[in-house]
Amino acid sequence: MKKSLLALTVSLVLAMPAFAAEKASDPTLQALDARIRALETEAQKLREQAAQALAEASAARAELDKMKTDQAAQAVAAPAAAPAPSSAESAVAAVSAPAESSSPSGGGANGNAFNPAIAVILNGQYAHHSQDPDRYVRAGFPVVPDTGPGPQGLSLGESEISFAANIDDKFYGQFTVSYHDDNGDASAEIEEAYIDTLTLPDGFNLRAGRFFSNIGYLNSHHTHTDNFVDRPLAYQAFLGNQYGDDGAQLRWVAPTDTYLELGGEAFRGENYPSSDAKNSGVGAWSLFAHAGGDVGDENSWLAGVSMLKSKSTLADDGFGGDDTLYLADGTWKWAPNGNTKDGGLTLRSELFFDRRDGTYTQPNEVFSDPTDPLTLPWTGDRRGAYLEAVYRLNRTWDIGYRFDKLWAPSSALPFATGYDPERHSIEATWRNSEFSFFRLQYSHDDPIQNIVDNAIFLQYDVALGAHGAHKF
Amino acid sequence: MNRFAFLLVTIAVAFGARDASALDVFACEPEWGSLAHELAGDAVSIDVGTTALQDVHVIEAKPSLIAKVRKADLVVCTGADLEIGWLPQLIKQAGNPKVASGPGYFLASDQITTLEKPSKLDRSEGDIHPQGNPHFQMDPYRVLAIAKALDARLAELDPKNAATYQQKLADFTTRWTAAIKGWEAKAAPLKGRKVVVHHISWIYLETWLGLEQVGALEPKPGVPPTSAHLANLVDITKSSHAFAILRAAYQDSKPGDWLSEHTGVPAVTLPFTVGGDDQSKDLFGLYDSTIDKLLAVAK
Repeated sequence: MKKSLLALTVSLVLAMPAFAAEKASDPTLQALDARIRALETEAQKLREQAAQALAEASAARAELDKMKTDQAAQAVAAPAAAPAPSSAESAVAAVSAPAESSSPSGGGANGNAFNPAIAVILNGQYAHHSQDPDRYVRAGFPVVPDTGPGPQGLSLGESEISFAANIDDKFYGQFTVSYHDDNGDASAEIEEAYIDTLTLPDGFNLRAGRFFSNIGYLNSHHTHTDNFVDRPLAYQAFLGNQYGDDGAQLRWVAPTDTYLELGGEAFRGENYPSSDAKNSGVGAWSLFAHAGGDVGDENSWLAGVSMLKSKSTLADDGFGGDDTLYLADGTWKWAPNGNTKDGGLTLRSELFFDRRDGTYTQPNEVFSDPTDPLTLPWTGDRRGAYLEAVYRLNRTWDIGYRFDKLWAPSSALPFATGYDPERHSIEATWRNSEFSFFRLQYSHDDPIQNIVDNAIFLQYDVALGAHGAHKF
Repeated sequence: MNRFAFLLVTIAVAFGARDASALDVFACEPEWGSLAHELAGDAVSIDVGTTALQDVHVIEAKPSLIAKVRKADLVVCTGADLEIGWLPQLIKQAGNPKVASGPGYFLASDQITTLEKPSKLDRSEGDIHPQGNPHFQMDPYRVLAIAKALDARLAELDPKNAATYQQKLADFTTRWTAAIKGWEAKAAPLKGRKVVVHHISWIYLETWLGLEQVGALEPKPGVPPTSAHLANLVDITKSSHAFAILRAAYQDSKPGDWLSEHTGVPAVTLPFTVGGDDQSKDLFGLYDSTIDKLLAVAK
């Protein structure tokens, strides 16, 4: 009795707090219980769903396996000559471009999708001349500003930025701005800004704007594609390195097996060898013809004849009057198997014949009395030529030699002495890739009798961004 | 001036009077010239711009090629920027609107998916192709996909001969599919074998035959390898038990021979395209020769 009482007491004591607690939180517990029950039901439901899904999946897999086996059997069973078994067809389909792939993805929303191709050319050099470039003169060929030996020491060369794109279905446009440094006067210049037609039929092409004339070989080529640091003497003397102007050009390519291109240009006549655009807006015009082809797989050639007629009141070399320039150019490339980037020889020569009828007027800034500039008659013929040979050792290295010569008879020509300027140049170029090269060049230049300018050049030339295809 | 214009017209008429019925096709590479021949036979006249011994990455825009593009009704090229250094210049110079865009301008890369599209575009990675690896002529399935697209293009440009093109495509498909089965059976022992390559131009062949590329002599396209890279490559070639050093017929044999000398692994010159060796007279010969040459050194 005592024992049972004790037990009851103990159990009561023990149970008391619990009892009290239960009593106090009864509604909370009930709520929890209800939630757990709900969760359990939900979990059960999910389990059932999962089981169902699993069953479905395994059924599908079984079906797939069956199909595969069938297909394999079919492929094996198909006779060899039967039309494409489904496996080949599906392999072809897997590598075929989807039908809509020709339209660029996301083109609609992307404002940059139609940006023109941008190419930047960076170019700089170190030069050491044994003669002071500022006092450089050439017998019979007054030096045209921005040509000649170039600056002494370190300098930035012609660095340029170019934008090009198709404008619409009918036109292509190109815009090139180049940086020039004329004795410390840095300036940006619009070198080219032209449009080309894309849809003229039968090999015709029309170009309008500012562009380099298609006469000769080097004239239409940008200097960063040259084989030497500087342009040949004849280009310096007769074309101011490169003749470009505002104008229009019509070209026609003949539908022949041998490449044949004929064309003509009309120019405003602002730039050397013309000047001042005086003659009702047309100061210069040209005609050109180029032909080319292959001899076997290893030899290619390109040759041309051109003419440039210009008028000037006072051209950059002091000439005023009528100028007719005839050019003949020839290029021969030989390379083992035709791989010109890996080896072979390039021979190029251009001949210049220049007939001038007018006067020479000494520029005011040069040591003469500005009120009474020196004027001399200038009527006669001059000639110029260069021959260059570049041997490509491999994809990385090439070496080259160039011979330059100018002829100016002493009769009736200003500053002609009967001595004919000439120059020898050798170069070596190292290319790391298609986009960068370094060039070392030595020139031995005899501009006037008994004067020699020995010059060393070290040049870098790199291309950033879009790298347009070069001409031959 | 009038006389000059008359002369031009006379020349144009004289040269324009060629056989007008035949389609003039200009193929940038021999494999597409060969494919066009399979699909069109004598219904078209085909000019091929390059040979198997030329590196098509760096062809020059030669006058002879401008003349060919000038006369073409259809230009068939690889695309994926493989010809970026010359084809745009050819088309710009030629003044032939038929092939400047539209149906006359057929790029094989537009018809298929490419592999190895770079995730990062930076020239420090070399002369990479943003549109993926363009050397897909070594995947027979892609060739078949291109054949179908090219056939449709031929029929579009020359509807009169559409039936011929269709019949020739069916014939080609049958022969090509059968040939694929033969090549795959023959090349089965090559599966899983390791190779070192000259230029990364074999990804499609490797993927098709299950070859594993463990290294490249020219790891960055268009950039010469460093001596450290070459030393490392000798180790890799030896330790991975590569069975061959692969190069294309046009590639310089010296680097591969050098690696072969230093590792004892044979260097194999594969045709890479039609005309790359004596056996590769057409697309079938190209694949026959490639697999024969691989098997010859795999033993």
